[in-house]
Amino acid sequence: MQQAQGFELETASAAAGSLRRVAIDPVSRVEGHGKVTLLLDDKDQVQQVRLHIVEFRGFEKFIQGRPYWEVPVMVQRLCGICPVSHHLAAAKALDHVVGAGRLTASAEKLRRLMHYGQILQSHALHFFHLSSPDLLFGFASEAGRRNIVGVAAAYPDVARQGVLLRKFGQEVIRLTAGKRVHGTGAIPGGVNRALRREDRQGLLAEVGQIVGWSRDAVQLVKRLHAADPALYDGFGTFRSNILSLVGADGALDFYDGQLRVRDADGGILVDGFDVQNYHQLIREEVKAWSYMKFPFLAALGPRQGWYKVGPLARVQNCDFIPTPLAEAERRQFIDHGQGKPVHAPLAYHWARMIELLHAAETIAELLHDDDLSGSELSTSGARAREGVGVIEAPRGTLIHHYQVDDEDLVTTCDLIVSTTHNNQPMNEAIRRVAQRYLNGRELTEGLLNHIEVAIRAFDPCLSCATHALGKMPLQLELQDAAGAVIGRLSSAS
Amino acid sequence: MTQPSILLDGLPVPFVDGQTIMDAAMAADIFIPHLCHHPEFKPQGSCKLCTVKANGRYVSACTLPARDGMEVENNSPDLNDKRRTLLQMLFVEGNHFCPSCEKSGNCMLQALAYELEMLSPHFDQFYPNRAVDASHPEVLLDFNRCILCELCVRASRDVDRKSVFSLSGRGIDKHLIVNAESGRLADTDFSWADKAAHVCPVGVILKKRSGFAVPIGKRRYDVEPIGMQVERLAARSADEES
Repeated sequence: MQQAQGFELETASAAAGSLRRVAIDPVSRVEGHGKVTLLLDDKDQVQQVRLHIVEFRGFEKFIQGRPYWEVPVMVQRLCGICPVSHHLAAAKALDHVVGAGRLTASAEKLRRLMHYGQILQSHALHFFHLSSPDLLFGFASEAGRRNIVGVAAAYPDVARQGVLLRKFGQEVIRLTAGKRVHGTGAIPGGVNRALRREDRQGLLAEVGQIVGWSRDAVQLVKRLHAADPALYDGFGTFRSNILSLVGADGALDFYDGQLRVRDADGGILVDGFDVQNYHQLIREEVKAWSYMKFPFLAALGPRQGWYKVGPLARVQNCDFIPTPLAEAERRQFIDHGQGKPVHAPLAYHWARMIELLHAAETIAELLHDDDLSGSELSTSGARAREGVGVIEAPRGTLIHHYQVDDEDLVTTCDLIVSTTHNNQPMNEAIRRVAQRYLNGRELTEGLLNHIEVAIRAFDPCLSCATHALGKMPLQLELQDAAGAVIGRLSSAS
Repeated sequence: MTQPSILLDGLPVPFVDGQTIMDAAMAADIFIPHLCHHPEFKPQGSCKLCTVKANGRYVSACTLPARDGMEVENNSPDLNDKRRTLLQMLFVEGNHFCPSCEKSGNCMLQALAYELEMLSPHFDQFYPNRAVDASHPEVLLDFNRCILCELCVRASRDVDRKSVFSLSGRGIDKHLIVNAESGRLADTDFSWADKAAHVCPVGVILKKRSGFAVPIGKRRYDVEPIGMQVERLAARSADEES
């Protein structure tokens, strides 16, 4: 068994004062900021690379003292891209508090439909709007064209399909949650609305086309990989453990399941782990240079126990995908690894499009189910004081944990969001990219974008802001050893 | 003898002796924005949202008796500008965060903000930090949303005969309290069946464990804007739904 490696370039061996500091600041995240700092020696060799991110943590504090039924609606405001994930993770945690050990069939299927709509729209947004410009035009192509408008001009069908895929996912969310963004569909113990039959018919009329476009998206990513396998397999590649939820039967499952961890060679380290005990499996390390914690497997420790989450982890962690088209694509993906797990960050895009296809197929199946229009929407039982809700958000495993007192107020809240799990992986990826592409080179916007491409592959929450309409709010400053600014680069300039 | 009438925005509106401008308007299905007014309680004219111009003077429609021939200006840009400013001040004085408030969609303050096209709070937020009172088994009190309309005070005192609520402090420090030595609702004889439990126009007095049970689209002001609900407001028929 070979364990994860890493941590090269986390801390420079030479005294920092003798090195030149380059800061990419801010790297915007969804509702916050992060930055990348590089330390270069006098031969422009990279000595240290760090991705620092300001995280969501304020929510854990101000949710304290609030009534528990307010939580699913409040915490979804963590994010504007995948609020449904937070909404459902919180509701799942609070199902335990209201004693709803098993939801009604209607409630579970409506939540599942909402969530798969979320996966569909978020994956479409990330691939088509945010990442396809890099992949279709090249990482260092003309910055002015490297955006969705450029894609629309050069590949109008691709852009149109991306927009309409996302629109369909948003529509699924609107019909199950009341709004496209920040609705109220899930409540502790169930849901507050069923899907009207006429709304199901409306979605059914479109879903065949959605599945078709999702298949096209997988083919597009495969063509990109085939056109330059050295780049797609090698760019920023590092080995690590992988972690995700897996259904009880080993199926890929975004809504519910148990935790499974594989090592870098694909061997199973942990399986069937009850999410209610997540704190026994995962610890978080604090580093002085970042606002975001570094999760790791308690049994392996921080050096060996870090792991990837998200599409690349999920597609390789499950035993199968329970829809036929996506399962066929998963097999091709696994074959690409020739018996070894695929660790390439750019393969995240491939895995993500397989998941997009699976989400579309699952929605198509669910829409035929009359339980979606049922009337038994919520349930409750013996009150508990604590609950954990885990869900596979578009970006990876999302953990919500609450404790509630006898007066119904939240006393503690612990959230581990997907981007946090991928903290160390994103750092590893940009270190490898910096070593490979930046060493000894004069820094340009195109090279700066290589760092972003590596970060973006993970679809962290910051990808939206860093790539909005091609105007990445990134600034790069060159300072001499004395701290004087000797050069400045801005991607918006 | 013809019935006396006022001229409300140019329209003759009849009234009977003893009716206020608000009473006459409501009877004629004409909306005058208001928060502290409730047809079942004696008007107190504290929120000032119902300010109209009667014969050229700014007055509270809920307290001023109608007089034959009175010319009243109600739905005008000038008055709605002033009402919008009053709403903005009410919003910043409390923690009116509609996105996570379970009263959203059923809240008169929010509905009026939509009705009067309030697009921003404009003023600096006060961010009050008063602990919620969750001591009662059925009811939660979030004091940070109180707009001092005193409807719960009046209902508890005049209808329930319990005087559970009161206002305390002066000026900008005025705030809602619970009349118990401990200050906790659990130490009163308050009940969800009380009238006072059903008159709060905002999200202070809330039934526990039922927040967000009504889906978006089915909430009171999703169905119809407040300006179209004069009949329901006059009858207060929706109080029991809150």
